[in-house]
Amino acid sequence: MQDLEKDFQDRIDRGEVIEPRDWMPEKYRKTHIRQISQHAHSEIVGMLPEGNWLTRTPTLRRKVALLAKVQDEAGHGLYLYSAAETLGISRDELFEQLNAGKAKYSSIFNYPTLSWADIGIIGWLVDGAAIINQVMLTRTSYGPYARAMVKICKEESFHQRQGFEIMMTLCNGTAVQKQMAQDSLNRWWWPSLMMFGPPDAESTHTEQSMKWKIKLKTNDELRQQMVDVTVEQAKVLGLTMPDPDIKWNEERGHYDFGEIDWEEFWQVVKGYGPCNKERLAARNKAWDEGAWVREAAVAYAEKQAAKRTQAIAV
Amino acid sequence: MLGDNSMILGHRLSELCGHGPSLETDIALTNISLDLFGQVRHYFQYAAKIKGAETTEDNIAFLRLPNEYKNTLLVEQPNTDLAYVIARQFFYDVYHLLLLDQLINSTDKQIAAIATKSIKEVKYHTRFSSQWVKRLGDGTAESHEKMQTAIDYLYPYTADLFKETPLEVSLKEAGIGADLTKIKESWLTQVKSVLEEATITFPENPYGHVGGKEGVHSEHLGYILSDLQYMQRAYPNMTW
Ligand SMILES: [Fe+2]
Ligand SMILES: [Fe+2]
Repeated sequence: MQDLEKDFQDRIDRGEVIEPRDWMPEKYRKTHIRQISQHAHSEIVGMLPEGNWLTRTPTLRRKVALLAKVQDEAGHGLYLYSAAETLGISRDELFEQLNAGKAKYSSIFNYPTLSWADIGIIGWLVDGAAIINQVMLTRTSYGPYARAMVKICKEESFHQRQGFEIMMTLCNGTAVQKQMAQDSLNRWWWPSLMMFGPPDAESTHTEQSMKWKIKLKTNDELRQQMVDVTVEQAKVLGLTMPDPDIKWNEERGHYDFGEIDWEEFWQVVKGYGPCNKERLAARNKAWDEGAWVREAAVAYAEKQAAKRTQAIAV
Repeated sequence: MLGDNSMILGHRLSELCGHGPSLETDIALTNISLDLFGQVRHYFQYAAKIKGAETTEDNIAFLRLPNEYKNTLLVEQPNTDLAYVIARQFFYDVYHLLLLDQLINSTDKQIAAIATKSIKEVKYHTRFSSQWVKRLGDGTAESHEKMQTAIDYLYPYTADLFKETPLEVSLKEAGIGADLTKIKESWLTQVKSVLEEATITFPENPYGHVGGKEGVHSEHLGYILSDLQYMQRAYPNMTW
């Protein structure tokens, strides 16, 4: 046992990719199931706040783009659930965990989309933060996860450009539109920094995850990257960052930024954010009301298969 | 008219996105919605060009009065459950495909081009919805009952598809539009054949609802438009 674990760690240290059939420590498998499924759930729950604006897009061009984006997110969910299934858990089990409120998903999707600008912000900041995280994950040690990430990252960067372009159009528009954009940034900026998870000092998973190359950078490193990129982009848009402490730090070569309200973060993670209940209720409703449809599909497939066997027998 | 049908049906499907019974159906229905909105853009860009002046595809899509929308009553019916969604889609897809099959020969070159492009998509839609009618109709006892209820409920709204309006008659005579009387027979044959395979009883309802194509709608359209037009009405004359 000892040897197996040592060999495993050596393989990871050499930069080898772990595949589903390879031996792996139980904890590595469990950690991956947790992380991949959280990621998959985030894609699926993330469809809800954006879906909220599908019927109200301001133009036909935006309608088509948003439909395509939300559909991409469903596709990401599919790839990721398949990657999780390689570790010996089924999509249905994972759905049940999500619906029971036992599984986590990105806390950002527990915030409401109140204006059209929020659709721009989600693309710009939320997909932006996802890219920072996921570019790292394309080099993660578990093969199926890393490969899913490569595919997904391409689409996420397209989403991000699209979101930024929505913001740009608003910022070049009327005073009302620019105000809409600023208001949206004010509401979403802090939650988007929280997407990288608790500070390193408090993160329970970081150390082991780094050792197994499930993570290659710490939460705080990724968060800093997000701040540095976004401050520059906000300048291009002509928006004000809702943090008076943001200041270039020559010595560090990074932007300093203000204190994050971690109490708000934990509140949302524990299920008490503005939309936690709504999001879970929507997922449960879709799942419960879809039960008869899924049962019908299975029953029909069985009948068809029986007919085919009969036909062969004759 | 064609554009309005695609738009209102596409809108109804977009309401479902993220709320479907499985990821696969969610993706498929969103895909159909995307195809329909793609068609809408072609029709409305063409219509805007004909109207000239400052008209854009978005003026046509978002800034008309309710009675200026000429979609059929069928496509505005709500997503009561997935059986209704499938029944509505199926009735419309079979009609849509037959219609496009005529329009590819329209004397209006632009309409013919749009029809040629759309017909491939609509073939896929028809296959998808027919397959699901069978799956739900011949699935479990519960799904069978739900499918039968939805078919019975929506069938009377299909009358609107075939009632020729004066505009349609003149377009037909000019060789631009389709001949709906020819479509009706094939539509009935195809619908009956799929329903039979699905073990669904064909609804013998002699009365039908009409009026959508002349701007007399069901109560549902007002709510659809209040969503659809929301941004353009609340924030007029802006670029998005
Ligand atoms: Fe995604
Ligand atoms: Fe995305």
